Amino acid sequence: MKPMLVLVSVDSNSVLLGAKHFVNYLKDLIGKYGLQDTVDVLETGTMGVYTQGVVMAIFPDDVYYSVRSTEDVEKIVTEHLLKGRSVLSLEIPKDRLKLVVEKEKVSAETRIVLRNVGSIDPRSIDEYIARDGYFALHKVLSEMRPQQVLECVKASGLRGRGGAGFPTGLKWEFTAKVQADQKYVVCNADEGEPGTFKDRLIMEGDPHSVIEAMTICGYAVGATKGYIYIRGEYYGSVDNIQKAIKDAYEYGFLGKDIMGSGFDFDLTVRLGAGAYICGEETALLESIEGKSGRPRLKPPYPPTNGLFGKPTVINNVETFANIPQIILNGPEWFKSFGTAGSPGTKVYSLVGNVVRRGIVEVPMGTTVRDLIYRFGGGLVGGKDLYMVQTGGTAGTFIGIDKLDAPLDYDSFKNYGVSIGSGVILAMSDEVCPVDVALNTMQFFAHESCGKCTPCREGTRLAVQILERMSKGQGKLEDLETLKQIAYVTQEASLCGLGQSINVPLLSIVENFRNDFIEHLKASSCPHGVCEFIKIQKSKVKT
Amino acid sequence: MSKIKTLEDLMKIKEKAVKELQLRDTGKRGKITVAMGTCGIAAGAKDTLKAVVEALSENNINDVSVVQSGCMGLCEVEPTVEVRLEGQEPVVYGHVTPENAKRIVKLHIMSNQVVTDLLVRRGEI
Ligand SMILES: Cc1cc2nc3c(=O)[nH]c(=O)nc-3n(C[C@H](O)[C@H](O)[C@H](O)COP(=O)(O)O)c2cc1C
Ligand code: SF4
Ligand code: FES
Repeated sequence: MKPMLVLVSVDSNSVLLGAKHFVNYLKDLIGKYGLQDTVDVLETGTMGVYTQGVVMAIFPDDVYYSVRSTEDVEKIVTEHLLKGRSVLSLEIPKDRLKLVVEKEKVSAETRIVLRNVGSIDPRSIDEYIARDGYFALHKVLSEMRPQQVLECVKASGLRGRGGAGFPTGLKWEFTAKVQADQKYVVCNADEGEPGTFKDRLIMEGDPHSVIEAMTICGYAVGATKGYIYIRGEYYGSVDNIQKAIKDAYEYGFLGKDIMGSGFDFDLTVRLGAGAYICGEETALLESIEGKSGRPRLKPPYPPTNGLFGKPTVINNVETFANIPQIILNGPEWFKSFGTAGSPGTKVYSLVGNVVRRGIVEVPMGTTVRDLIYRFGGGLVGGKDLYMVQTGGTAGTFIGIDKLDAPLDYDSFKNYGVSIGSGVILAMSDEVCPVDVALNTMQFFAHESCGKCTPCREGTRLAVQILERMSKGQGKLEDLETLKQIAYVTQEASLCGLGQSINVPLLSIVENFRNDFIEHLKASSCPHGVCEFIKIQKSKVKT
Repeated sequence: MSKIKTLEDLMKIKEKAVKELQLRDTGKRGKITVAMGTCGIAAGAKDTLKAVVEALSENNINDVSVVQSGCMGLCEVEPTVEVRLEGQEPVVYGHVTPENAKRIVKLHIMSNQVVTDLLVRRGEI
């Protein structure tokens, strides 16, 4: 079977509209553009769809067109079949396709974090209140002792959504336990992981949820000052968060004596300047302090020695956005979503060659396959999936054998599939793993802050080796060297950047070993991506 | 604005806000929401919003409100616009250029026809 199929409805009616003629024209064009091996054309009877044209259905994309002229046919071939873009002007909407076999329903999302995003006016504090906004803060301040808040968050099983999945309640408790004249709450809104844009969506669409959560956190751990560290390019987020902070001050949800409770909390925005390393928590703290963004040696950890040396809770935007709902609905409610080890939902950024790129929020434990095919609509142009990057650049590269891994904070340990920051980057076989590996390591080499040698030099070496491989000049030993680099960098680096390079590097070298081997032997890149330098390789064997 | 001290204060704001939201909707047939996230704006949502407002006023329609929201998550098909008319399923349209916005007002708002070629989603999420 060829990967794509075009069904043309040929019946007494459509013949009068030119169906036969269109089929021939379609076949001619398919020949002209060299698509014979990828596209099949079949004539079928009536599809029970009544439009003013001939119905053409494209599978597996499941798109139906109404065609009235040869120009329409040409558009479908050049746009859809060649470039994988639907021709919106010819498309028949699904609800008009009455007789077509009922399709599997696109499953509904589960929205906790994004419950208000896209439905309220983010610049109106009243609309947030209309959706029960600041009721959790009120509940906490009027009915709960700090210890009870900690218990509630701990019982919910919420884990940090910034990537590492550390239990949030536990982190808060570390800070709460320390005696100090000043403590801080910091929100990590640096969102540097390539492909991730969920935090931006939350801050732009529902900024008050983050502010409310940080204030609740402040009360729970005894902190009176908070910072939101937002990457500087996020103009929309900065704008909406700043407006929200101003409104929260006016209503008395921030500032002195919040809602008559005697609790004070102040919140300020700080802007990042676009370094990936500044998303690492200790580098971020340095940056807020006005120093250059270099990681600190850990331990001590931020919960005890954080901002300005004081105990500091630092959480990701999405982590915070869960808090008000957990307080209002209780930990049991929260645990009814997701998996036992990772309750709740996760917001994913679907990117790459999927049909519906964008954001979805689904329960923890959803498989990569479901994310790509059920929520992402499959691959554009019906292409074959070859490789998926999960969890961002610091995440894993997997082949199609691992698509059924349920994603949560244990899926890396159990299946070698990382959830990371929730990126799902789907790639067809038009990308080459060696090239992707090179790209990834170039990213790390560029973003390594240079403070420690294994990371600075390891990434540079890996780039050199991969460059050689992508030019067709690699050696078998190179694969071993790459693995060595991965291990050493993981073991000996100072911060999470260097320490997690082994995740992408080992996963791509191991899961796509064949592609690497082929690059050593073949005379050109099997995926047609890398450009080989052809020297000395011309010994013809007979 | 006075500071909110008690649950009653908070309830009052909530009730007022809910009422205002309803008021915005009562006497109204529905509302058009334009997603104004960064991707939306990058794809031209500001012009879309302007076109929606203009089309409504050109046609003297004042029983439909226009609101802005964050991104709906449908980044692939920005700018997106949601139309909610009383008693009907909400409908999300994609690729809403200013011209398309005018068509949506003409067809969906004025003659109750779903603009099928722009449709990306029906029903609640
Ligand atoms: C190199 C590097 C970059 C990071 N970038 C981010 C980031 O952009 N956003 C984020 O929330 N966490 C990032 N983290 C994770 C943070 O260090 C930290 O674990 C997180 O903010 C903790 O919040 P959470 O417990 O809510 O996940 C990064 C870590 C490393 C090592
Ligand atoms: S591991 Fe890399 S990024 Fe982290 S401190 Fe060392 S050089 Fe800098
Ligand atoms: S983030 Fe704005 S369109 Fe998706």
